[in-house]
Amino acid sequence: MTETRNEDVYVLADDSREAVFIAEGITKVYHMGEVDVHALRGVDLQLYKGEFVVLLGPSGSGKSTLLNILGGLDVPTAGSVRYRDHDLTEATEAELTEYRRHHVGFIFQFYNLIPSLTARENVALVTEIAREPMAPEEALKLVDLGDRMDHFPSQLSGGQQQRVAVARAVAKRPEVLLCDEPTGALDITTGVKVLEAIERVNRELGTTTAVITHNAAIAAMADRVIHIADGRIASIDHNAQKKKPTELEW
Amino acid sequence: MRAINRKLLRDLWHMKGQALAIVMIIASGVALFVTQLATLDSLTFTRDSYYAEKRFADVFANCKRAPAPALQRIRELPGVDVVQSRVIVEVMLDVPGLAEPAKGRLLSVPDGRRPALNDLFLRDGRMPDPQAQGEVVVIEMFAKANNYHLNDTITAVINGRHQRLTIVGIGLSPEYVYSIAPGEMIPDDRRYAVLWMNERELAAAYNMEGAFNDVALTLAPHASEGEVIARVDEVLRPYGGLGAYARKEQVSHWFLQNELTQLETFGVFIPLIFIGVAAFLLNVVLNRVIATQRDQIAALKAFGYSNLQVALHFSQMVAGIVLVGALVGTAVGYWLGVMMIDLYTAYYHFPVLTFRMAGWVPVAGLLITAAASFAGTLNAVRRAAALPPAEAMRPEAPPTYRATTIERLGLQRLLAQPSRMILRHLERRPMKAGLSVLGMSMAVAMLVMGTAFMDIIYYVIDMQSNVIHREHVQVSFHEPRSMRSLHELERLPGVTYAEPFRSVPARVRFGHRSRRIGINGVPADTRLDRVLNIDLEPFELPKDGILLSRVLGEKLGISAGDQLTVEVLEGPRPVRQVKVAALIDDFMGIAAYMEIRALNRLMREGDVISGANLLTDGRHDRELYDALRERPLVAGVVSKDAIIGNLKRMIEENLAITIGINVLFAAIIAFGVIYNSARVSLSERARELASLRVLGLTRGEISYILLGELAILTLISLPIGFLLGNWLIDAVMLTLNSEVMRFPRVVSGTTYALAATSVIVAATVSGLIVRERLDRLDLVEVLKSRE
Repeated sequence: MTETRNEDVYVLADDSREAVFIAEGITKVYHMGEVDVHALRGVDLQLYKGEFVVLLGPSGSGKSTLLNILGGLDVPTAGSVRYRDHDLTEATEAELTEYRRHHVGFIFQFYNLIPSLTARENVALVTEIAREPMAPEEALKLVDLGDRMDHFPSQLSGGQQQRVAVARAVAKRPEVLLCDEPTGALDITTGVKVLEAIERVNRELGTTTAVITHNAAIAAMADRVIHIADGRIASIDHNAQKKKPTELEW
Repeated sequence: MRAINRKLLRDLWHMKGQALAIVMIIASGVALFVTQLATLDSLTFTRDSYYAEKRFADVFANCKRAPAPALQRIRELPGVDVVQSRVIVEVMLDVPGLAEPAKGRLLSVPDGRRPALNDLFLRDGRMPDPQAQGEVVVIEMFAKANNYHLNDTITAVINGRHQRLTIVGIGLSPEYVYSIAPGEMIPDDRRYAVLWMNERELAAAYNMEGAFNDVALTLAPHASEGEVIARVDEVLRPYGGLGAYARKEQVSHWFLQNELTQLETFGVFIPLIFIGVAAFLLNVVLNRVIATQRDQIAALKAFGYSNLQVALHFSQMVAGIVLVGALVGTAVGYWLGVMMIDLYTAYYHFPVLTFRMAGWVPVAGLLITAAASFAGTLNAVRRAAALPPAEAMRPEAPPTYRATTIERLGLQRLLAQPSRMILRHLERRPMKAGLSVLGMSMAVAMLVMGTAFMDIIYYVIDMQSNVIHREHVQVSFHEPRSMRSLHELERLPGVTYAEPFRSVPARVRFGHRSRRIGINGVPADTRLDRVLNIDLEPFELPKDGILLSRVLGEKLGISAGDQLTVEVLEGPRPVRQVKVAALIDDFMGIAAYMEIRALNRLMREGDVISGANLLTDGRHDRELYDALRERPLVAGVVSKDAIIGNLKRMIEENLAITIGINVLFAAIIAFGVIYNSARVSLSERARELASLRVLGLTRGEISYILLGELAILTLISLPIGFLLGNWLIDAVMLTLNSEVMRFPRVVSGTTYALAATSVIVAATVSGLIVRERLDRLDLVEVLKSRE
């Protein structure tokens, strides 16, 4: 593993390099029928408060597994993951649920909107169980969908659906935003809009954001880029100059 | 409203077709439950308040003629509360427009007072005036059936003399809620009357002044019924006592009680089948919903919804369907209950019989349905709750398929690719295919059972009227007569053949169990009143020994070869032992048969007969009945056509409706199950079928793949359903068979054909609906979304 360090590190205003996540030696083995699939083979990783991280790697590299473990959707086979003072490896099912409910916002490649609920209701689904959420309307305005609140997912384009998903993820004011291929199913123009929404949340709300993608172009908007290959961290890059989503070359 | 509840409602709305089918099945089950149990409750409530208000007696006893002091002794017996003595006689009545004489029972009422027990309910008019002559109160049903009104007169043959009676009152009695002539099963309101007359007048006509031949009494609190009966028997023995008996053996009460028991068992058993099927369907549908909502469940969990909240969400889906089903069912059940009570008023007569629904009935219906449904869907809900969110994010792995047995046998050349797909799909998930077949088979079975009731009833009627009882007319005497009377009957106009019978009332006893019955003596080679064995061949009556209805044998705990104690309830009341020759499988009532001479020997009497069964040429009925009416010895004349007519009328007015309702509900099950199967297959395979369309298969070809499977499952379920139907009939018969009726299992070809046709129609309609959806399959949309 190599770490290239640029001395002109872009530093957040309040950055004290406070680690939000500390993962040590995590491995994950799936038993798929008769074969064992090693999704992660010993990953050490720290994510810091307020930073924007892109996890970059080809499909099957284990990046989704890593994101799921960070998000408390899955537990590692070995190793430890801590989120602040929460030990996610030792947590019970109920504790993980609690953790997801109050700390994490998810955005999925296929949006995972509830088709039977309108945009507003999809966001309300989350705000109704959160501690100090913003109003669904506010969250939707944040992603520029103030005029589409009463549309059902089937009445929205892919990009709009994903922006509803962003609104849904951030409405609870999570400390961490985890995005799994958020633009994977979108074209450039709509993809950029979604990334803008994510970037805005990161910037305005200070939410620690991790985006996984196989699209190297997106890496340019991150503070750090973690390259993942074959279940391991291959390298970590620091971007001196973060690009805006509109400046990305696809 | 919370967003998750909105999702619930919209999901339910989205699957409204399937949900509606299940709602209808639940509603059917709950409706039957509510109807039967509320009817039961109404009848029980009405009966109990009627009995209490009119002081229906606890113990009854008849004798030949007991003097007044005997009554005083009964009154003083320990455990006896109120006593009422009476004079009761059987008479013949002339009814205008009726060829044969009608039967009547005249009961005395205390002069100028209401009876202390078994009081009348006067619908109209008044009690007989103690000063007047020939005044009677007649039972309402007879008055209605024959269009008698107050102040009309009836001619009765009283002790051999024709006498005109004036109707001064029309009423009812708790003793005759179900009013039938002695020895009959079905009311014939036109040909059977109960009449009440002043005691003084009736006693004078029968030389019973200062005496009585019937006594009814109520028990003091905590008195032992058995002991009181034994003591009353002792008092009446010297006076030709025919044996006291408890209320449970009183004819009207016994029929009513049998009916109530039937309502209770039927009202629980059949609805349970419906609710079971509904629970099964809910399970299938919910499993499918959960499979299609994997990603939604994952998202909910990712946002922090707990397993419990997810489980609750899907349980609410079940609860919604159950609740709507139970509500609709209760409403329909109420409506059907009102109708049922209406049917009951034709046969069971109370001053007022109104339908009432106790609060516990719908609550119990809802609770049973909810319990069954939640038990049935527990597994699916648990699966949703336990779904690991990370796993649910990924699309389901492609299911493993293999070549089918047919292909492994090298027969694949016979099958085109689509046919192979059908077979592989069925073989890959045999459990699921099996469950679909089971559901459809249940539907077939319910249809078979529902319709088979008609087969069974017409079979019993046919057996009773054409095979067992083949006489045209039955004549019974007041007193046993010599064989000479038979020859007299043979010579009457129109009579072509006469066969004697001897009928002896007796209490039969084995161990500590006993029953009051009539022992029927018929010639060994009887042609008219036949006893059949299980293969429906005439049973050769043994030279001695007694044959008992199997249901009676079982009640007494006696079997062939055992000695039965017979306490004769007439004449000198001898007590004898007789060997049980066999138990017989008959259909109606509880009976005992002996060869007539063997019965005469048992009674230590000569060639004595109680009456005769006659065959007539059918052209001289008028003269025959007139001649019989002239004979004071003749107590009653029964025309078999009238009995069969009553039976058919009862079936057409009453049973046909009940059966019709059952068949209708069975058809709802059939459609619900099949439609659901088809819809679930469609949702499971829409993506696969859309892909095939993209690859160039026609609509017809993909329809074949989906509907071919449905057709195969339907065809497999037919024979299994027939078999299940037969089992179901046996199971229902176990609960339905009573002392009143035993039903054999008879299923006609028409019934099978009807069930098969209904199911095939349901399958075709479901197929067409699904086909229509297949035609509208949005290829791009299906392929774009992950699931």
